Amino acid sequence: MPSRTGAGSGRSLPEFGLLLLVIFVLLEGSLLPLGAASSTSKSCEEAKQGHTEVHNFTKKAFPVLGVDYGHIKNPFEISLWVLLACLMKLGFHLIPRLSSIVPESCLLIVVGLLVGGLIKLAREEVPPVLDSKFFFLYLLPPIILDAGYFLPIRPFMENLGTILMFAVIGTLWNAFFIGGLLYGICQISNSDLTAIGILPCLLFGSIISAVDPVAVLAVFEEIHINELLHILVFGESLLNDAVTVVLYHLFEEFSVDGSVTVLDGILGVISFLVVALGGVLFGAMYGFLAALTSRFTSHTRVIEPLFAFLYSYMAYLSAEVFHLSGIMALIACGAVMRPYIEANISHKSHTTIKYFLKMLSSVSETLIFIFLGVATVDGRHSWNWIFVTMSVVLCLVARVIGVVGLTFIINKFRIVKLTTKDQFIIAYGGLRGAIAFSLGFLLKEDHFHMRDMFLTAIITVIFFTVFVQGMTIKPLVELLAVKKKQEAKRSINEEIHTQFLDHLLTGIEDICGHYGHHHWKDKLNRFNKKYVKKFLIVSERSKEPQLIAFYHKMEMKQAIQLVESGGGSKLPSAVPSTVSMQNIQPKNPPATTKPAERVLPQLSKGREEEIRKILRSNLQRTRQRLHSYNRHTLVADPYEDGFSDLILKKQRMMAIDKKIKEMTNYLTVPAAAPDSPTMVRARLASGRNTDFIPAQQQKGNKKPSDPQSYNMKPVSGGVPTIQVDLASPQSPDSVRLLDELGEADGKEQEKDQGLTMKLPGGSSRPNKPGETENTREQQKLTRCLSDPGPSADEDEDEPFLP
Amino acid sequence: MYFLHKRCYRNAVKPVCEQKSLLPLNIQPQTEKCSFPVFFLFLVVEQVKHTPTCVLPLRCRKENLENIPALAENPIKNQIIEAFFDKRNQHGNEVGSFQEIGFEQFVMVMSHFRPPNLKTTKEEKQEMRKEKLRFLFNMHDTDGDGIITLQEYRKVVEELLSNSGAMDQDAAHEIADAAMLEVASTNVPQMSPEDHYEGITFQHFEQILKDLEMETRMFIRFLDVDTTTMHCGKATS
Repeated sequence: MPSRTGAGSGRSLPEFGLLLLVIFVLLEGSLLPLGAASSTSKSCEEAKQGHTEVHNFTKKAFPVLGVDYGHIKNPFEISLWVLLACLMKLGFHLIPRLSSIVPESCLLIVVGLLVGGLIKLAREEVPPVLDSKFFFLYLLPPIILDAGYFLPIRPFMENLGTILMFAVIGTLWNAFFIGGLLYGICQISNSDLTAIGILPCLLFGSIISAVDPVAVLAVFEEIHINELLHILVFGESLLNDAVTVVLYHLFEEFSVDGSVTVLDGILGVISFLVVALGGVLFGAMYGFLAALTSRFTSHTRVIEPLFAFLYSYMAYLSAEVFHLSGIMALIACGAVMRPYIEANISHKSHTTIKYFLKMLSSVSETLIFIFLGVATVDGRHSWNWIFVTMSVVLCLVARVIGVVGLTFIINKFRIVKLTTKDQFIIAYGGLRGAIAFSLGFLLKEDHFHMRDMFLTAIITVIFFTVFVQGMTIKPLVELLAVKKKQEAKRSINEEIHTQFLDHLLTGIEDICGHYGHHHWKDKLNRFNKKYVKKFLIVSERSKEPQLIAFYHKMEMKQAIQLVESGGGSKLPSAVPSTVSMQNIQPKNPPATTKPAERVLPQLSKGREEEIRKILRSNLQRTRQRLHSYNRHTLVADPYEDGFSDLILKKQRMMAIDKKIKEMTNYLTVPAAAPDSPTMVRARLASGRNTDFIPAQQQKGNKKPSDPQSYNMKPVSGGVPTIQVDLASPQSPDSVRLLDELGEADGKEQEKDQGLTMKLPGGSSRPNKPGETENTREQQKLTRCLSDPGPSADEDEDEPFLP
Repeated sequence: MYFLHKRCYRNAVKPVCEQKSLLPLNIQPQTEKCSFPVFFLFLVVEQVKHTPTCVLPLRCRKENLENIPALAENPIKNQIIEAFFDKRNQHGNEVGSFQEIGFEQFVMVMSHFRPPNLKTTKEEKQEMRKEKLRFLFNMHDTDGDGIITLQEYRKVVEELLSNSGAMDQDAAHEIADAAMLEVASTNVPQMSPEDHYEGITFQHFEQILKDLEMETRMFIRFLDVDTTTMHCGKATS
């Protein structure tokens, strides 16, 4: 009989299935041999089967309803597990306050324990869920890739020395300290522990000494610690993998053989280098391959994200083939490919990668913790008080001593010294997790008769660290007032100054004739820019300086935020605080008495910003309609080539066009001939409408407008106007919107190069003269702008803000 | 090919440092090696023969710095060089710029790049941070009126982008404008349309960069510089 492991996860489905069956029974008569099928509780799959087979019914003997659970058993159970994990995760965040007190990892382990207990009660045989193979091949890679791909490179590289110190020396110290002392304790104690040799003890030490990235991530993401501490602990947990792998294999080998020579020790050191560097090499290789591939995907955008995943998974597997550090390979791959891939692929693909990684890793993480709980119930335990308590105590002691000792050394070299508080958090954040458990699980029973005891001790240590440390670290962080992460997003000024500082320090070093850290970094950057980028990034984007890329990204983010947050109704409240400052800048040039021709573009600048924001938030309605995903838009969309400068300008153009159209619609310009869709498209495509919009005289509208009254509702009195300044001397194809404020009527707009549209003023006075002054071309423009026919088409074509 | 001797340090650098009670960078009397790069520079830029007895009279002009080949590709080269000749960076209250600087002035400028150590108190750190920010501010504020105008800021961004080939001015201006806007909006959130924001004052400058841990980022340190292997020939050629 099929067993339903996920208790309560789909209770309504069988009932629904039964209902379906009953309906069929009524329809087809009572001939069908349904007796067996309808009596028991079946999953909905059966119902579906029944549903389809009823139609095939020809002969009496034909089994209308068959049960073949074995057929779908594996995928079904896997799906159930994943579903359970997701529902649990969902549930925790629905319960208020619970998630703020207890870390998710703890809750998940508890759930795992409960589920394991239920299974054990139900049928006494628990599936070997946390199978090491399954864990290392499927559960771990997504988490590590996620960590590697989003690794904050800059702080990581700046603290690489410290991280390596902790990861390599610290882990070695931990392993030998724990292993050695445990051996001593085992010898002293007069129980059966004396039978354990030194090598198994060291093996145990090497398993238990590594800080676990999964556990660290789960806890540290919730406490929002400052970047330095986060990267130190997290980086350590990632990089100690190589040490763990080598130590593990070394001791496993030795324990089986039973003898160690000096040569073995030397080989171990070499092996460590090979494992670590080989992993990195594999990762970097696949990373470059991924970057290179992404260079050519511009025509098949849909599969772009897949490349990123596949190459990194291949890197992981390839590294594992040679027993190299798969984690290092993944980290290297993610870190190497990210900058190039991001430059190459479309924004949508990038979002896809981001979401997919986050989704996969979060599901994996949830599953890992649940499985940890299940496996705890499942496993055979042999509880030995001395061994277990000593391993917990030794873990803590070794960690504290290791961190304090290493910090003492490291602080001699560091500029930003690690304070006592920092040391405490680093020591306290050394959580152990599922990797240790899986490694312990991998031990073979025939060689290690004490495997069960090891596993019990490992689980205890994991539970201790995850529950006790994981739950108390948050209050402790608050108590010690450890510096938290600044939530504020990076501002453009900070970016400018970060880069400025880089160049400044490089320059000073050069002046001093000292080739230091900055000098080499600069050299590397140059090399990257000169050769690597050219090779790996689609031509036109490879030259884009970092600052500009950053600016575009930020601008995009702002736009998206506005589009997402500002509904049409919220507009007035959303705008005011920003609007008033937008006006600051336009005023700038006149005050500082700049050349006259500069006045125009600068004037329009701030205004443009403001209006663009309004436009974007107003456009939300149309955009939302477009969010229905069309498979073809990905391929056909010409605007998908990232958001280079040109595209951005085009988009601005389109937004303004749309706005103008809306406004003209609102004005109810009569008799809009349903022609010229091509014209609209052509104009949109060309990105500049100078050809279509002629000079437009504008006289009547001199009223200064309050920017806040600039909304779609008719406002009597204030009549804001937008001037599309089409030929600003500095950037001919960029659109400048200009508010004709007070100074505009002072110096008459002798250039006459802008189209001026007027908002509906209701019955307000200046509106009419403006309307009547329309020239022939103006009418043409309005016609094509307010044309209702092609606008639908156009909406389809238009890229929504990604 | 010039080699430096420790005697140079004892005769020239140490007196200056002690007299001014200033320990720029890692130049500490007891770790003699650290000071050599600075010292060494003056031999480099002046291209004098090996004269270990006296370094102080050596003067450095802008051209000397401009000729440093490694600096050639630095986008903000001019600003860096200006900074060395700026009297505002001399911890005094003078303004203006030098025609040529001596070792003392050089060390004064370099003292802006000291790293904090574990013993620095919070107040000292704050002071240090202010000092570093002031240095940056002075680099931007070319006319010395205490305000970074939009014009000046644009120039900064332009220069920053200048080494990226034929980069358009527009992008630079756009970024500078956006940055300026950001400064204005964070510092003076409420402004009527008639007001205008003249430029970034030092207070505002501090404000916008408050998240940038300047005291821990803006430093240069000289790890072990092996003076016997360093030779001037490469740099001067």
